[in-house]
Amino acid sequence: MSAGLWNYMFEGLLVTLQLTIFGAVLGLVFAFAAGLARLSGNKLLRGMGFAYTEAFRGLSALVVLFWLIFVLPTVFGVQLAPLFAGVLALALNIGAYGAEVVRGAVRAVPRSQIEAAIALNFTPWQRMRKVVLPQAVVAMIPSFSNNLIELLKATALVSVVFLSDLTFGAQLVRASTGNTAGTFGLLLVAYGLIALVFTTLMRLLERRAAASLGRTVPPGMIARIFRRTEASA
Amino acid sequence: MNWDWQIFWDSFPRLLDGLVIALQATVIGYLIALVLGLVFALLRRSRLVWISAPVGLVVEFIRSTPLLVQLFFLFYVLPQFDVHLSTLMTGAIGLGVHYATYISEVYRAGIDGVPQGQWEAAKALNLPARRTWTSVILPQAIPRSAPALGNYVIAMFKDTPQLIVITLPEMLTTAQGIGSETFRYPEPITVAGILYLATALVMSWIARIFERRFGTVRAA
Repeated sequence: MSAGLWNYMFEGLLVTLQLTIFGAVLGLVFAFAAGLARLSGNKLLRGMGFAYTEAFRGLSALVVLFWLIFVLPTVFGVQLAPLFAGVLALALNIGAYGAEVVRGAVRAVPRSQIEAAIALNFTPWQRMRKVVLPQAVVAMIPSFSNNLIELLKATALVSVVFLSDLTFGAQLVRASTGNTAGTFGLLLVAYGLIALVFTTLMRLLERRAAASLGRTVPPGMIARIFRRTEASA
Repeated sequence: MNWDWQIFWDSFPRLLDGLVIALQATVIGYLIALVLGLVFALLRRSRLVWISAPVGLVVEFIRSTPLLVQLFFLFYVLPQFDVHLSTLMTGAIGLGVHYATYISEVYRAGIDGVPQGQWEAAKALNLPARRTWTSVILPQAIPRSAPALGNYVIAMFKDTPQLIVITLPEMLTTAQGIGSETFRYPEPITVAGILYLATALVMSWIARIFERRFGTVRAA
């Protein structure tokens, strides 16, 4: 494989990482906005949060991506930069799943904690910021970790609309070398390794967050592979 | 605003044909996932490390890599080994194997949820391993897994648009086809989006009914 081809793969890797990281950040914003909206006392906010989560959990990210790329420019005259369209489609999708995580974690904070904060005369904003979220965020991290891997996997979808990510790079390499099994095999291994790096980082975060509340952490990816061994030992 | 209602309505019949193919891929894929997921779950419980660890590695690997790339792999690499399948079967196998890794975790949680006393009772009754699994553990583990299993049918259906990369004429492929014939992409893609959303909502409604009907462990 020539240096030029490696370059395609490397540039693709950068695009994949950009999509994952920007998608995660924007998705987190959507997740918190929609998740908290669904818990709000305001009926309109609740309805909007519900409509968003139901619609985007019911649609594949690929369909949303097609819509942003093919429908938005012709019908509404809005042409998004391809990378931004990719990030937006992925974030809308993962944000809807994240919103459920946020909602579940906030609701799991014991009622007595909120009552205590009310008794201490905290404002609703202080209650959320100083009592509810510090506990809820710890509970969100394991699920967010799974969502991040789902997001990483979903970034491969952008290659269908010709964004030059890692998968697209691999298709170019395959087309010019003719080595199908090797290229796609290597591509799968590459995604597996990126996922491993992300889960390891999220585990560190999870462990630190859990330690801050004095809790322990369930097994991670490597531990899961050997779980049976541990159990029978 | 640039919109052609004629093409919008004309797209429906062909896209509904695509929907049928997407549903076929989902059903076949789901059956593969249900069976293979159970196999994965049981093998991972094996006491022999040289069985449980490699299976664990394969499951975690499949689960953390994109379905899209796995579909490419099956579509282009299987024929090199003289395995020639229809695109529908290739797609269903891709979906099935990918989701089997998720479903094996669902079964695992269901099996772990069976109380320890049930295992002990089976042992006290001197039941052979096979009877213990088929008559005691699985009848309790599988209903416990039912709600999560239902969600994965819907998740799998939502992944069928990815079959566009192996040229299976499902809905999104058909929408793109209509687009390239009529030079109008927005209408067929919007219709496809509506049909995906409607089908997913109907499926989640059916899943809830099934969950109520079969989701409880029968007290025998």
